[in-house]
Amino acid sequence: MEVVVRILRFDPEKDGKPHWQEFRIEAEPNDRVLDLLHIIRDEHDGTLAFRRSCGHGICGSDAMVINGKNRLACKTLVKDLRQPITIEPLRGFRVIKDLVVDMEPFFAKYRRVMPYLINDEPPPEKERYQSPEERERFDDTTKCILCACCTTGCPVFWVNGEFLGPAAFVAAHRFVFDSRDRAAAERLQILAEYGGVFNCHVAFNCVDACPRGINVTKAILELRQAILSGAVQTEAELSRR
Amino acid sequence: MQTVRHRYDAVIVGAGGAGLMAALHLAQAGIPTAVLSKLYPTRSHTGTAQGGIGAALGNMEEDHWEWHAFDTIKGSDYLADQDAVEIMCREAIDCVYFLEHMGLPFDRTPEGKIMQRRFGGHTNNRTGEPVRRACHAADRTGHMILQTLYQQCIRYGVQFFNEFFLTDLLLTGDPLETGTRCCGVVALEMQTGILHIFHAKAVLFATGGFGRIFKVTSNAHTLTGDGCAVAWRRGIPLEDMEFYQFHPTGIYKLGVLLSEAARGEGAYLLNGLGERFMARYAPKLMELAPRDLVSRAMYLEIREGRGVNGKDYLHLDVRHLPKEVLEKKLPDITEFARIYLGVDPEREPVPVQPTAHYAMGGIPTNVDGQVVVDEKNTPLVGFYAAGECACVSVHGANRLGTNSLVDILVFGRRAALHMARFCRDADFAPLPENPEAQTMEHINRLLNNNDGRWRVGKIRRELQEVMMDKASVLRTGDELQECLDKVRDLKAQYAQVRLDDRHSAFNLDLIEALELGYLLDCAEALVASALNRTESRGAHYREDFPKRDDVHWLKHTLAYRKGDDIAFRYKPVAITKYPPQERKY
Repeated sequence: MEVVVRILRFDPEKDGKPHWQEFRIEAEPNDRVLDLLHIIRDEHDGTLAFRRSCGHGICGSDAMVINGKNRLACKTLVKDLRQPITIEPLRGFRVIKDLVVDMEPFFAKYRRVMPYLINDEPPPEKERYQSPEERERFDDTTKCILCACCTTGCPVFWVNGEFLGPAAFVAAHRFVFDSRDRAAAERLQILAEYGGVFNCHVAFNCVDACPRGINVTKAILELRQAILSGAVQTEAELSRR
Repeated sequence: MQTVRHRYDAVIVGAGGAGLMAALHLAQAGIPTAVLSKLYPTRSHTGTAQGGIGAALGNMEEDHWEWHAFDTIKGSDYLADQDAVEIMCREAIDCVYFLEHMGLPFDRTPEGKIMQRRFGGHTNNRTGEPVRRACHAADRTGHMILQTLYQQCIRYGVQFFNEFFLTDLLLTGDPLETGTRCCGVVALEMQTGILHIFHAKAVLFATGGFGRIFKVTSNAHTLTGDGCAVAWRRGIPLEDMEFYQFHPTGIYKLGVLLSEAARGEGAYLLNGLGERFMARYAPKLMELAPRDLVSRAMYLEIREGRGVNGKDYLHLDVRHLPKEVLEKKLPDITEFARIYLGVDPEREPVPVQPTAHYAMGGIPTNVDGQVVVDEKNTPLVGFYAAGECACVSVHGANRLGTNSLVDILVFGRRAALHMARFCRDADFAPLPENPEAQTMEHINRLLNNNDGRWRVGKIRRELQEVMMDKASVLRTGDELQECLDKVRDLKAQYAQVRLDDRHSAFNLDLIEALELGYLLDCAEALVASALNRTESRGAHYREDFPKRDDVHWLKHTLAYRKGDDIAFRYKPVAITKYPPQERKY
């Protein structure tokens, strides 16, 4: 079938500003948007630039705005989209070229929450023990692939450069709720400052956008509760009280 | 073209599991290190590994690293170097604990220990039954490893150069001459088109495999054999390139992997008649037989007309597994089937076909990750390799599932420890004059080819098709020769490739063209090596030489580029405790 694709192009070496370009290509209903982009590169216009790697939703390289929503190009099928299919780069980051944006600020915010296990007690000879229940507490937030669909879809992020953003909060949650970590207090302090979890306006755009199905807002609200009450508890644990 | 120079004691190319493991250890040792990666590190292919890390912790049942070693050696069809395998299986245990201490969120047993599951080829050596050896985190083990290692690298302040594309390896002379040292690399900064020269005492390649030479592959688009090809072009041999593993269960047509973990949890493989056909090929282990055996069985079933609906795929059936197992243990696999095939694995069997998955061969190294250049294992001072791009050899002619994650951790670490010792004692060797000359010439030729006739996409597609057709699971001498001729033909076409994009910023056209050159080199080395080896062993199966021939072929292939041709030398297999036997499951 013929598919019409409109892409927002920008080449800093020749364009003053972004402009739309339309392509008509032959594709199957089960094709991914990523497949369409490859067809365009291979057969129509080799100057089209985008990031991609694994092609099946794990690496997080190909996050972009497809028909107005943040999605992974490799997990979005043609048959689920209205035509013409519009494709634009993620919002809120400088566009380097076409669909490639500057991800440095995103990773800088990620690093701000100390996204690594901190436990200076001498480790045992074998594994530290962790019960399945303890493991379950932070399971959701271990799934993050740092694709930036959540952060670049967040209205607070769009207007407030200090806002750490949903992805950084997910990373923080993953460690705050991990029974083996010992730096919850320091992280919660960072998250309690301006630009942290209290700037979230609970818009739920992040939950809608996350290709891994992480309940981002729930994680943010659990972090807020931890800061306010001084006790780190999940929503399930809180409702059992 | 602008150039920028850097100086670091150690330079690592590749930020997947092996690269990050090495970076972490070098950082902990206080060695000034730069990590170059053509992707942001968390995009690396290690992140897609699903099943688990094989390590004989013995948390669920009796297990020993010696059993793991034997399974690995038998799984390799007796081509693996047994001393290296013993080191790997022994150190695997400590590497798993190391990862857990770094925060890796393994699945847990009720007592709180790391959970382990069954996996193809891993057995209790006394009973021959499958043993629970694979330590896992749902079916996202690779994702967790990559995240954990990257997070720790952030903690230790590792210096990353992201979206830097490797274009050349710098040596002080001919790699086969004594006294030659590695002194750095050249890389293209993808965002700007600027060339960077990294002057180093020690260089580690951890650049991964080259599945993109095949049409149906589980590999990321970025797995184009960069490190292997760059080393090859500088006269360094590639070892055992003919051994390429096809994983039995890729999603039909897409090649996306459905982990062996499904079979580890009890999934069946069915042909068009609804039979569990593995009973005819591996009666004891059935679906948990090693991958080369299962993929071959699948090809034979399809060729004999027993594919589903007579077509070229078979079925992976998980309908009989408890719903909880699918949700908790195999969530990603379930999602892939639903999204890409519109198939609900709880109710229907999933169409699968063998998919190009893993390169057992690559840059030859010793057990400390030092690259060796001949059959005497002579190291090329200052040059190291680890992970899929290297060949130690621990996987021989066929790799067991879960052993790649072990390989990258154990040898990533060992290479780093050796590099650290080396960097402390050695001085910098001088860079050659105009180190960027070769790269600049190559890039300028690609950018300025106005009379070019062919697009990158066309040449790449033809390469992938001929390799899949004539050099994959079932091979014959005649077809391999036709394939080699075609690959060489495509190389000639490549010399006339035409790019659309002539600009500097993020020129994906240029990057793909450079990658295509690497793919062609790796493909040529693979096919020539396959043609040369007149026996069948592990994943290399020749219908014209169907038997394993230990008398003539119990040895490693070393392929060298000699002008337009390829020359072969051979390296003996290190045998410690396990004399080669017939391989039956």
